[in-house]
Amino acid sequence: MTALTLAGSPLWYASRAGGTLALVLLTATVVLGIASGGRAAPRSVGRFEIGLLHRNLSLLTLVFLVVHVITAVLDPFVHLGWAVTVLPFAASYRPLWLGLGTVALDLLLAVLVTSAARRRLGVRRWKAVHWLAYAAWPFALFHGAGTGTDTRLSPQLWLYAGCLAAVMASVWWRLAKAGPGRVVGRLVAALTATAVPLVLGAFLATGPLQPGWSQRAAATAMLLGGGR
Amino acid sequence: MNRTRTLRVDRIACTGEGLCAELLPELIGLDEWGYPIVRDRTVPERLRGHARRAVAACPRLALHTDA
Repeated sequence: MTALTLAGSPLWYASRAGGTLALVLLTATVVLGIASGGRAAPRSVGRFEIGLLHRNLSLLTLVFLVVHVITAVLDPFVHLGWAVTVLPFAASYRPLWLGLGTVALDLLLAVLVTSAARRRLGVRRWKAVHWLAYAAWPFALFHGAGTGTDTRLSPQLWLYAGCLAAVMASVWWRLAKAGPGRVVGRLVAALTATAVPLVLGAFLATGPLQPGWSQRAAATAMLLGGGR
Repeated sequence: MNRTRTLRVDRIACTGEGLCAELLPELIGLDEWGYPIVRDRTVPERLRGHARRAVAACPRLALHTDA
């Protein structure tokens, strides 16, 4: 395992580190977003500081995401091509698991553009797109778990668990704080918050943590009909 | 660039998050329910940057500066 992970170009290391950092930063951004949406008012921190940190960490997430994507495309081991950076499920290498990351990137780019133009768009249209960030996070998590080179290392698994715990705790905090109304929205949030850890646990146990995952991850190409 | 800027709160959009009063206490206070009270609508030159930050920070996009 160690010999395997030590082989590879510096670009590959940069891509893995960039992706992992982007996931951690995205997690922090989501947690802070939930905190400001739930009107968290810590005594020692201003409300505006939560908002600013949310914005700054989201931009930092995108910086590391750009590093992650560019280094992955430039890495000579997997010939990805530039199309996969925006077109999901078109990759020759693990199309499904890589595609999830592309979907997450596309969603975050939509959130970035609409946030930059939020004054022009108005609060309703801006918020409608901003909700997509909640979808981007599980996409990013399953992308990391499904195709991450380091998924089988226990520190990486603890990192995933920490990210999951942080977002789940904030979602449940937010739900506990929510008033009546928006029953459907709260129900969907509660069901998703219950389902994501279960599905991730089951997926990790049956997929990446079993021997021979790299062959099977590549084989999902055939099931999708996108294998080349 | 030297136009006078005035603050305006969109009362329909405002939900009393209170970020504007944290960022611009010189001009904005809060009532007992946490909604902003604009003490002085005219933004002085020295507070222009702070006013811009308060406008950008509003989660409901309810604070505006009119030129």
